[in-house]
Amino acid sequence: MNLEEIIREENIVYRRTPLLTDKALSYCPGCGHGTTHRLIMEVIEEMGIQSDVIGIAPVGCSVLAYEFMDIDMIEAAHGRAPAVATGIKRTWPGKYVFTYQGDGDLAAIGTSETIHCCNRGENITIIFINNGIYGMTGGQMAPTTIPGMKSSTSPFGRDTAMMGYPLKITELIAQLPGTYYVSRQSVHTPASVRKAKKAIRKAFENQKLNKGVSFVEVVSNCNSGWKMTPVQANKWLEENMLAYFPPGDLKVDGQLVEQGKTS
Amino acid sequence: MGEIRLMKGNEAIAEAAIRAGCDAYFGYPITPQSEVLEYLMAEKPHERTGMVVLQAESEVAAINMVYGAACTGKKVMTSSSSPGISLMQEGISYIAGAELPCLIVNVVRGGPGLGTIQPSQADYFQATKGGGHGDYRLIVLAPSSVQEMADFVKLAFDLAFKYRNPAMILSDGVIGQMMEKIELFEPIPRVNEFDQSWVTTGKTPDRQRNIITSLNLDPYLQEEHNHHLQEKYARMRREDVRYEAIACDDADYLFVAYGSSARICQKAVQLARKKGIKAGLLRPITLFPFPEKILGDLSQSVKGMLAVEMSAGQMVEDVRLAVNGKIPVEHFGRFGGVVHSPEEVLEALEEKIVKPVV
Repeated sequence: MNLEEIIREENIVYRRTPLLTDKALSYCPGCGHGTTHRLIMEVIEEMGIQSDVIGIAPVGCSVLAYEFMDIDMIEAAHGRAPAVATGIKRTWPGKYVFTYQGDGDLAAIGTSETIHCCNRGENITIIFINNGIYGMTGGQMAPTTIPGMKSSTSPFGRDTAMMGYPLKITELIAQLPGTYYVSRQSVHTPASVRKAKKAIRKAFENQKLNKGVSFVEVVSNCNSGWKMTPVQANKWLEENMLAYFPPGDLKVDGQLVEQGKTS
Repeated sequence: MGEIRLMKGNEAIAEAAIRAGCDAYFGYPITPQSEVLEYLMAEKPHERTGMVVLQAESEVAAINMVYGAACTGKKVMTSSSSPGISLMQEGISYIAGAELPCLIVNVVRGGPGLGTIQPSQADYFQATKGGGHGDYRLIVLAPSSVQEMADFVKLAFDLAFKYRNPAMILSDGVIGQMMEKIELFEPIPRVNEFDQSWVTTGKTPDRQRNIITSLNLDPYLQEEHNHHLQEKYARMRREDVRYEAIACDDADYLFVAYGSSARICQKAVQLARKKGIKAGLLRPITLFPFPEKILGDLSQSVKGMLAVEMSAGQMVEDVRLAVNGKIPVEHFGRFGGVVHSPEEVLEALEEKIVKPVV
């Protein structure tokens, strides 16, 4: 058997989606952004909706997401992506509109836009990357930095008496009548990546139903900001982040999922 | 002849938006311009033309909704009043940086801070010098009648798309709230005939992906982008300066005023002429680009100018730059929400210009 016989369509087990551009990712090795980018682009490719998708990039590490995704994209001001998405979806109800936002963007400076967009029931998809830190600006405390966790602005660990509590915004928005699907996933193991892709697919498919916001939180690592190796970071994520932010569906088809019955 | 209606300035803006083929309005209530959103909601433009109207949770959200719809080539607008426009400055800077066409209406009230709900013209600097961060300009139109409130909606959209630049209608509480008889222009179809090659409506197989951003991490590229913006503003200065000259031909003294102050100065010109003072009025219609050439030309024939504005003196700086020291230029205006009378304006002309010059 020669090489040409092996390289055949039926033998391909993995292929890079052409919807990812050839531009080298600007993310640190081991970061979950790259994986999540790939999942979104695979879903768009598999659904065949490239010509009807408009993506909105945030301010943060993924500010340059439009460099890596071969789709029409808009760069929004910090936290404002849900409002930008509203403006597009209201004037182009037939298009697929998604925002891609980090924790500082979505759950701190953009909390108002997030909550009101979800409460209005805009028929869009929100992908929320939660790595518990401001990665781009160098590892400052984020709204989702967990108690005791160190960052450059909580160098002795997050002291909740002084700095307040992490915001479980996903739990919060699941309560709103305008959300139709709310799920928390992670991308730290092959199994979790497969589950996250299913959730992202559902979140895009839901836009056909016109029933409100589909929201997928992806708990991700920030090994640079956490000052860990990628492997250490994924282990720390599983033991600490997922304990505070448990993975699973919070709301499916407009119905809250009972506690402890997460899929 | 178009339909004749008796309307408030704010209502005229709203009705004109529907007739101008506007695709979407996003806004947040604030006095003295809430009638714009109220009129639009009551009028159900979705049934008339398909226009989208949505009340946002804040001015910050409203301007970002405008940003989103503008990215897709839609004719989109918002309106607010001074404190709300301050909140929008971040979004306006992004819109200018990303070169998106849209219309922002500011029905100005007295400031600073929460100020007062009474009329003012103290947002001139904010409107004409940028307003948010970075080197950028808006196209700024200053209506002085309810008729112009309607007509300038159409004009503002045309200019915004001509230059791919945000346009602002800088009005004030007087023009927004007063009622006048106006002739409405005939509705135009909600079809955008401007270049759409740059819009983000989904990457089709026949083109590269479109990206809309105001980000250039490379400073040399950002400098290049800024040069491009400056060239655009220079073209506006060459091609789209608008003004009205009233009784300027034989004038010895000139009022320079826009918006409601121009209406007051029109009366002051009549009062002055009755007293034998040959006064005229130069009314800038575009505050950016500012009619500096005509003011420079007029400085050859008049003895002095009085900039009249409901502020502590903002436009007067541009008048002085245009005149470049050739003749005296002074400022008069009541402010903080107080409107000057024609008599006060004439008295100021006599005190500050006529007496010292003679």
